[in-house]
Amino acid sequence: MSYLDDLYQEIILDHSKKPRNFKELSDANHKADGYNPLCGDKVSVYLKLEDGFVEDISFMGSGCAISTASASLMTQTLKGKSLGEIETLFKNFHNLVTGKSSASTELGKLAVFHGVSQFPVRVKCATLVWHTLQAAIKSKPETVSTE
Amino acid sequence: MIVRTGQQIIASGRYQTLNPWLEVEKIREDFPIFKEKIYGKPLVYLDNAATTQKPQSVIDATIHFYSRDNSNIHRGVHLLSQRATEAYEHARVKVQRFLNAAESREIIFVRSVTEAINLVAQTYGRKHVEAGDEVLISAMEHHSNIVPWQMLCEEKGAALRVIPINDDGELLLEEYEKLLNSQTRLVAVVHLSNALGTINPVKEIIEMAHQWKVPVLVDGAQAAAHLEVDVQDLDCDFYAFSGHKLYGPTGVGILYGKADLLDSLPPYQGGGDMIRSVTFEKTIYNVLPYKFEAGTPNVAGGIGLGVAIDYVNEIGLSNIAAYENELLSYATEQLCGIPRLRFIGTAHQKASVLSFVIEGVHAHDVGTILDQEGIAVRTGHHCAQPVMARFQVPATARASVAFYNTRDEIDVLVKAIHKVIEVFK
Ligand SMILES: Cc1ncc(COP(=O)(O)O)c(C=O)c1O
Repeated sequence: MSYLDDLYQEIILDHSKKPRNFKELSDANHKADGYNPLCGDKVSVYLKLEDGFVEDISFMGSGCAISTASASLMTQTLKGKSLGEIETLFKNFHNLVTGKSSASTELGKLAVFHGVSQFPVRVKCATLVWHTLQAAIKSKPETVSTE
Repeated sequence: MIVRTGQQIIASGRYQTLNPWLEVEKIREDFPIFKEKIYGKPLVYLDNAATTQKPQSVIDATIHFYSRDNSNIHRGVHLLSQRATEAYEHARVKVQRFLNAAESREIIFVRSVTEAINLVAQTYGRKHVEAGDEVLISAMEHHSNIVPWQMLCEEKGAALRVIPINDDGELLLEEYEKLLNSQTRLVAVVHLSNALGTINPVKEIIEMAHQWKVPVLVDGAQAAAHLEVDVQDLDCDFYAFSGHKLYGPTGVGILYGKADLLDSLPPYQGGGDMIRSVTFEKTIYNVLPYKFEAGTPNVAGGIGLGVAIDYVNEIGLSNIAAYENELLSYATEQLCGIPRLRFIGTAHQKASVLSFVIEGVHAHDVGTILDQEGIAVRTGHHCAQPVMARFQVPATARASVAFYNTRDEIDVLVKAIHKVIEVFK
């Protein structure tokens, strides 16, 4: 069970059960929806960007433990980060979950996802929210309706 | 949502006792894949609804064809071509007998159920469905029995109507009756649901449609491996199944159609083999079944399917059904004792399939943990997203049994599910 223990670490289970920043953001100016047709995981990322910095970020959706925890921990990590820092983090995170490199220090709590690299079919679960975040950043800035 | 528990299903006493004639341990030796170890553990293959494993005889038949008989069919005077043609046409007769079709020309080799349904949509559908007409399907169809009809209806300005199901996953026949009308051009329903395990009363469904002179297509993708099928007794107009779900090779499937009906339809694809004569002015189409079999078919696959049918016949579908029923009953009983586990699909008439969700655990996480124990189950929407929407779940885990599965394997499954619950406590 060691690979499994690595995958389902306490912190991941905790965030999957009690996701943080799990809400719509009423003053978000960027939003995108992500969907993994293979497993039906859905995630929406709400982002408030000010001068290239993340003022606030949240998510909604439904998915497996890995995708929910990934979204929760991502939103926690990214508050206050610049777009440049986000780009680096995503690259490091992607390398981590695909087993290309071990955790860098700036990943912080996100390092718990290293276990995903032993489960190639689950990489998409961990990265869905990141891809959705990228789409949100690229989306036209506007007031996102939360109706 | 009211969902009948497994206990109640068993209490209704519909299961038979273990069939003593099925020597499963011996049967398992016919399937080389069971020698495979998964992460060092024995393979527990419970994903039979996705595809079934292949007995050695089917594998050997494919090897034999390519190493001894390989050549194209229906077009050579040379000996190899004769041998290949004979073997392929012999397989057609085996399929005919398997379905109890009246004639072998009613058996059309296709690639899969998916292609069979598209064939009917593009031939029967194109010819008979017009603006304002209706095509009737059910709420438990696989995407392959939804999308071809949607495409047709969109093209023709026709409407797709859906027979609803109840919370147990059973078709509402009284609603079906109300949906049938003079605009209905075709009914297309699944015989055995891959997502819920429901066995539909197809004979009754067909009889009701015929009162409106509406033909019926039955999707037998799952049924062919688990239920005895007699197309004449059912009086169905079209019946489709895939070889790979019947212990045969992938890439070969069957469309049965009543000869008169098939004869009246335009061809599906154009090309070689489906013609009698071609000039640039006019082409005369070939007779059944070749009219619908354009191009070089999957010859080895067809022959392999014939051998798979031989294998199934040797054990006997009634023995298989009895054994699997008992195993399904045992599995239902074992699983329903697990806290937080809920079945999706609790019809009175079921076969092979156990779809379930565990409260607080996504199906994918269930799948990953079971996989680590060597257990293959399917997790996700099972190509039946409308079914998931109907039961308001994003996905389910699905164990589907075949005659080579055992009670011991069910015990391994149950233990692994307890592990899932332990991880996600
Ligand atoms: C009920 C049902 N219909 C149709 C299909 C499609 O079969 P194939 O992919 O072999 O065409 C499947 C396969 O999962 C099925 O379970």
